[in-house]
Amino acid sequence: MALPKYTETRYRVWHYFYIGICTFVFFFLIAPLFVIFPLSFNAEEFLVFSDGMKRLDPDAFSLRWYEDMIYGTKNPWGLAAKNSFIIAIFATLGSVILGTVAALGLSSRHMPYKGLIMATLISPMIVPLIISGVAIFFFIAKVGLAATHLGIVIAHIILGTPFVVITVTATLSGFDHSVTRAAASLGSNPVNTFMKITLPLILPGVISGGLFAFVTSFDEVVVVLFLAGLDNTTIPIQMWTGLREQLSPTILAVATCLIVLSVLILVSAELLRRRSERLRGINR
Amino acid sequence: MSSETNKILTTDGIPLEESLKKAERKNKIKAFLLVCPLLLFLIITYVFPIGEMFTRSIDDKMITNMLPNTFKSMESWDGQDMPEESVFENFYIDFKKLVENKEHGKLAQRLNKEKNGFNTILKKLFRQIQRNKIDENGSFKEQITSLHKRFNDVEYWRAIKRTAPPYTMAKYLKGMDLFIDENGGIAQVEEDRRIHRILWLRTLEIAFFVTVFCFLMGYPIAHLLATLPMKYSNLLMICVLLPFWTSLLVRTASWMILLQQQGIVNDFFVMIGLVSDDNRPEMMYNKVGTYVAMTQILLPFMVLPLYSVMKTISPSLMRAGKSLGGTPFVAFWKVYFPLTIPGIGAGCLLVFILAIGYYITPALVGGASGTLISNQIAYHMKTTLDWSFASAMGLMLLTGVLVVYWIYNKLVGVDNIKLG
Repeated sequence: MALPKYTETRYRVWHYFYIGICTFVFFFLIAPLFVIFPLSFNAEEFLVFSDGMKRLDPDAFSLRWYEDMIYGTKNPWGLAAKNSFIIAIFATLGSVILGTVAALGLSSRHMPYKGLIMATLISPMIVPLIISGVAIFFFIAKVGLAATHLGIVIAHIILGTPFVVITVTATLSGFDHSVTRAAASLGSNPVNTFMKITLPLILPGVISGGLFAFVTSFDEVVVVLFLAGLDNTTIPIQMWTGLREQLSPTILAVATCLIVLSVLILVSAELLRRRSERLRGINR
Repeated sequence: MSSETNKILTTDGIPLEESLKKAERKNKIKAFLLVCPLLLFLIITYVFPIGEMFTRSIDDKMITNMLPNTFKSMESWDGQDMPEESVFENFYIDFKKLVENKEHGKLAQRLNKEKNGFNTILKKLFRQIQRNKIDENGSFKEQITSLHKRFNDVEYWRAIKRTAPPYTMAKYLKGMDLFIDENGGIAQVEEDRRIHRILWLRTLEIAFFVTVFCFLMGYPIAHLLATLPMKYSNLLMICVLLPFWTSLLVRTASWMILLQQQGIVNDFFVMIGLVSDDNRPEMMYNKVGTYVAMTQILLPFMVLPLYSVMKTISPSLMRAGKSLGGTPFVAFWKVYFPLTIPGIGAGCLLVFILAIGYYITPALVGGASGTLISNQIAYHMKTTLDWSFASAMGLMLLTGVLVVYWIYNKLVGVDNIKLG
């Protein structure tokens, strides 16, 4: 962003002002995440940087909160993590299967009432979460699945499918349908064609939709608050309770683990996006 | 006829037109069948329950079923003078049945909501029935009215008559701090009890300002990301995407640490001498905390649509604008800015709608002033168990969101929403 030599002073000033604003905003976005890292290694119980930490004294740092997270007595994190992963994995599977199949139908040019159906399918993403929560709660309570894993999985499938539908429809929009016709003319049946031709080509879209669904489920707290019983607390619920009662360093240890997880997800999502663009022939 | 003789036939002897139509129909059914599983799933688990929220919110059948005979005999009563003997008789019959089923408490509770004072007099009647003090051969009107002077007050009988219809708008009115008064008109609740209107306004205010802040902060960085060379912008994009993928609660927790009174932000303010050490401002548990945290959390939802629109704008357009004599500001305002409007619309819509339904962050960092309409809905769902009221407020919120959509669709068009 070097400025040409002939730039007038006032535009020069404006340019640096603009760069300054951008720096501030980027800092504002990313810095809060990095506060958690050092504080989770705090040897003391307080959530401020101790003098020892400011001097980088090794004694001021410890792993005790991580130990507490894993081995701590009556610590609910283990169960919560297990529940969170089980629920998120099944919810992702459900969303991906239902969403991909629906996206295949939606991207067909023969699909009747496309606009209306698309609006219905992505409505859980548009309707404020609290309203979805109330509606889903009424359904789950009516069929007697409140406080079960299955109930929460169903709720999260509802919330996760819109992402899969959107990403897979987007991937399919650049899809060359003549390859499936070619497969059919060579004697392949539709299922075989889908598994061997279509799916590998749209896989990046499917997986990135799945990642969205996974994160939605893994991070969801509003609906789970309505649905969960004591046996199905998830990580977000535990954090919510913890943050409401008392902010303890153990929560920061958990938060650090979650940030690491989101870095992993971010990296895989980014790799997938690039691969998808390459496959769709979008070169930059 | 020439058109019939010219019909093209397929090898099977069927006219081509028909054969094509058949194939088309088959394709339509095929496409529809693929969508079917998800569509049915969502209709059963999601669309119907939202409809159920509506029936629940206007439902008032409980009392209609509790006093069937009373309401029937009240049909002919004009509501001016005291009702006739038959009303009292039927009321006694209905009430006795409720006492037998031990449901009289529910009735008293419901009627007390309609008009204060029912609890006491119904308890009195209940005790009389329990002790068999009421002579079923005598005049019910005389016996009941002699129990308590309120039974002699025609207002109380009017209140019962008002509860007769199986549907009520009362929950919606309550959501706007209104109620139906004695004469059946709509009146406002007392000034110190108008909590819901404050909550609606606060929710709108927070959603509006968070959208404005997100726009003001998101526009410059989206522009920078879109104009920088790929290798730098990819790196900076991480600053947007990492918060986007990070758990909402983690980000809220980090703001709670930063904004606390001994927190880093306050430390910084003390360091640069903005505030004195013993006079650190409270930045959490008030609106400041809500604005700051929500803006940071929702900012990626503004930046990503803006970025994807700005990326498609050719830089030569700005150069053309400048070469035609516009200053950089004029070129930006007349050329670049109008082209980004679809992105602005999508970003603002996303942020506004997410903000208006927000619940977790305001509840944690907002303190008493952080209660928004969503918190109120959750409170009625979980604590008071007044599900019909929660449904009514939820649907009011949903209507608001749909209006915003409608306006957005008129202005920009819904097709422009992109997911990064």
